[in-house]
Amino acid sequence: MFESLSSRLGDVFERLKRRGALSETDVSEALREVRVALLEADVALPVVKDFIASVKERAVGQDVVRSITPGQMVVKIVHDCLVETLGTAEDINLAAAAPVPVLMVGLQGSGKTTTSAKIALRLKTLDKKKVLLASLDIYRPAAQQQLEILARQADVGSLPILMGEKPVAIARRAMEMGRREGYDVVILDTAGRLHIDEALMAEVAEVRDAVTPTETLLVVDAMTGQDAVNLAREFNEKIGVTGMVLTRVDGDARGGAALSMRAVTGRPIKFLGAGEKLDALEVFHPDRVAGRILGMGDVVSLVEKAIGSFEEEEAEKLAAKMAKGKFDLDDMAAQFRQIKKMGDLKGIIGMLPGIGKLKKQIDEANIDNRMINRQEAIILSMTKGERKNPDLIKASRKRRIAAGAGVSIQDVNKLLKQHQQMADMMKKVSKMGKKGLMRHGLPGLLPPGGGRFGG
Amino acid sequence: MSEQTKSGWLSRIREGLSRSSSRLSQGITDLFTKRKLDEAALEELEEMLIAADLGVTTAARVAALLAKSRFDQEISPEEIKSALAEEIATVLEPVALPLRPDPANKPHVVLVVGVNGSGKTTTIGKLAKSFRDQGLSVTLAAGDTFRAAAVEQLKVWGERTGSPVISRDQGADAAGLAFDALKEAQARRDDVLLIDTAGRLQNKTDLMAELEKIIRVLKRQDPMVPHDVLLVLDATVGQNAHSQVEIFRNITKVSGLVVTKLDGTAKGGVLVALAEKFKLPVHAIGVGEGIDDLRPFEAKAFARSLMGLD
Ligand SMILES: Nc1nc2c(ncn2[C@@H]2O[C@H](COP(=O)(O)OP(=O)(O)O)[C@@H](O)[C@H]2O)c(=O)[nH]1
Ligand SMILES: [Mg+2]
Repeated sequence: MFESLSSRLGDVFERLKRRGALSETDVSEALREVRVALLEADVALPVVKDFIASVKERAVGQDVVRSITPGQMVVKIVHDCLVETLGTAEDINLAAAAPVPVLMVGLQGSGKTTTSAKIALRLKTLDKKKVLLASLDIYRPAAQQQLEILARQADVGSLPILMGEKPVAIARRAMEMGRREGYDVVILDTAGRLHIDEALMAEVAEVRDAVTPTETLLVVDAMTGQDAVNLAREFNEKIGVTGMVLTRVDGDARGGAALSMRAVTGRPIKFLGAGEKLDALEVFHPDRVAGRILGMGDVVSLVEKAIGSFEEEEAEKLAAKMAKGKFDLDDMAAQFRQIKKMGDLKGIIGMLPGIGKLKKQIDEANIDNRMINRQEAIILSMTKGERKNPDLIKASRKRRIAAGAGVSIQDVNKLLKQHQQMADMMKKVSKMGKKGLMRHGLPGLLPPGGGRFGG
Repeated sequence: MSEQTKSGWLSRIREGLSRSSSRLSQGITDLFTKRKLDEAALEELEEMLIAADLGVTTAARVAALLAKSRFDQEISPEEIKSALAEEIATVLEPVALPLRPDPANKPHVVLVVGVNGSGKTTTIGKLAKSFRDQGLSVTLAAGDTFRAAAVEQLKVWGERTGSPVISRDQGADAAGLAFDALKEAQARRDDVLLIDTAGRLQNKTDLMAELEKIIRVLKRQDPMVPHDVLLVLDATVGQNAHSQVEIFRNITKVSGLVVTKLDGTAKGGVLVALAEKFKLPVHAIGVGEGIDDLRPFEAKAFARSLMGLD
């Protein structure tokens, strides 16, 4: 299945190779294959459709780095969008008065009990918390004993079992014991339930109202199929989910449920369950999960490498120039063109790793294409000689240049000052040598601090 | 994506999903109320089958079957659903076979395998009940010696069904336990021996080797044993079911499937693809956590429920 997908994509890439930047047809063609990949990974159909639409919007019109085919570029953009959509790793929220109640919910067999014990162990060892585990699962035979045994293994507290007690009463007793015995966190494991089982959903809502949990974690199996949207939406609407845990990522499922759940609930994925042992709990890694869902890690790393070497080449050219210790106004104009070539500054910069490093500085400098155009115009109003040797530019020349570019003399002064700073920096860099430049890349050449780019 | 467009996108999906009912049948009704079965309609049809977990390839094939006979015809939603259900039922019919212990075997040995939490132990409880109702004597072997309280869980099912449970302590060797259970059930000339096993993900080779060992040890006592190997699949699972069947079948010679949790909103559509590919019998389905929540697998009923009919 997968090989054939890759080769089909290969075909698309080949056909796209002969064309230029990303046109709408290029993007659509590549995204058709991406759509299949996402569906095969069990991302729910409505989520796939909306996701593809938003990627398309973003990809059309983007420049393609040399040596990369448009199709490959699209895959890279898809990957980056996936990473962003999956969200960043967020730790469990315990910002409340102790004992902090944490409620675990999910379908039958999703892994709630094991996850409860894993979180308890993690909080105990990493955060030095005193944790109490309590099972509210009065339905599945021996479920309460299971949690009790796991609590012993994790060496954390467990609420003594009282046969015949109802879940809400168990939850209250757990909180009571937590307060009395100075626990920091009380983890309430609940019975597995179907999101359409009204009686059981009402029961867990009642538990929630009784203890007002700081975290309500929805535990979902990474193997879950298209139904992930339904269950995530229902649990979120009926109980209010604050975070999610994806279990069994140590299996070979592609884990598309992660994207589905994230899309319908907007809640962060907090942990990944990656094994049966109690220490097999990982913080969420969006890039790893994205790579697995898309299953095109080879393409993504290819593009990353190409972008890297593209940057390196450009840096090398500059370095050669600067080795001679020279940075004239023509070079500065070339820099402006380079920045403009990156596309609409707001759009593409964030997309490209490496170049993305520029983003913050550019944001701070508050530049847009209009400002750059104005700066460029000033340089273009200069004579060749002036550009090679800025020292020539005295008062009368400044007046001429300002008039030619339609700016004030002050603007010309600012540009010259800016050039001086850049030239100074170039000298510094050239002292660092070629190695240093490689390490710092193009962004290292931008003037420090904001504002100077502005007019 | 900027923070703003990102949250815009998320909320758009959220709204969209809560507005539109995700039921397959609703989608089809909307789709065909006023339409011809043309390319666009077929594509949407295919998508709806995908949304029921049939998988991209099988959805395309099923939709194409329908197109062959009905393309460009005006067709009502009801007709299309029935026609699709029929196509699907045809695929499933040959695999709808109940589990029948051979009376010549004393006992008929059934090994139950699957990933964690798929419903193995519960299914054993339900199967024991149905065999007991048929007047058969049943023994249960608590082969999940790994998970905490797994033995206690099976013991409850033993009590509920009046079946003796053979067990050892947690952490004991599962193969040895299975071997003892077989000898004991043979000595008693029981009708059925149901052997529970620990849940394991199919890509864990060491755990799969353990399963091989259980079978090897059983065969030392009687080369015909186990007579059946049941793979328990959770209906909520998507395309990973392919990998589960593939690998478990290679290692344990799976003889049939049970699909659990069909009382939820997941319709278990991947079963259609599995039936096409592996042709393994589907013995029963689980429709709840209760002792009587086991049903024979009926191709037509399953296909119609998949299409949101009945
Ligand atoms: N709703 C529903 N839950 C089920 C079904 N079969 C099993 N379960 C539940 O799924 C969970 C895991 O079942 P269990 O038999 O312990 O799985 P095992 O780990 O494979 O032995 C338990 O909470 C069962 O009650 C079913 O058909 N429907
Ligand atoms: Mg079990």
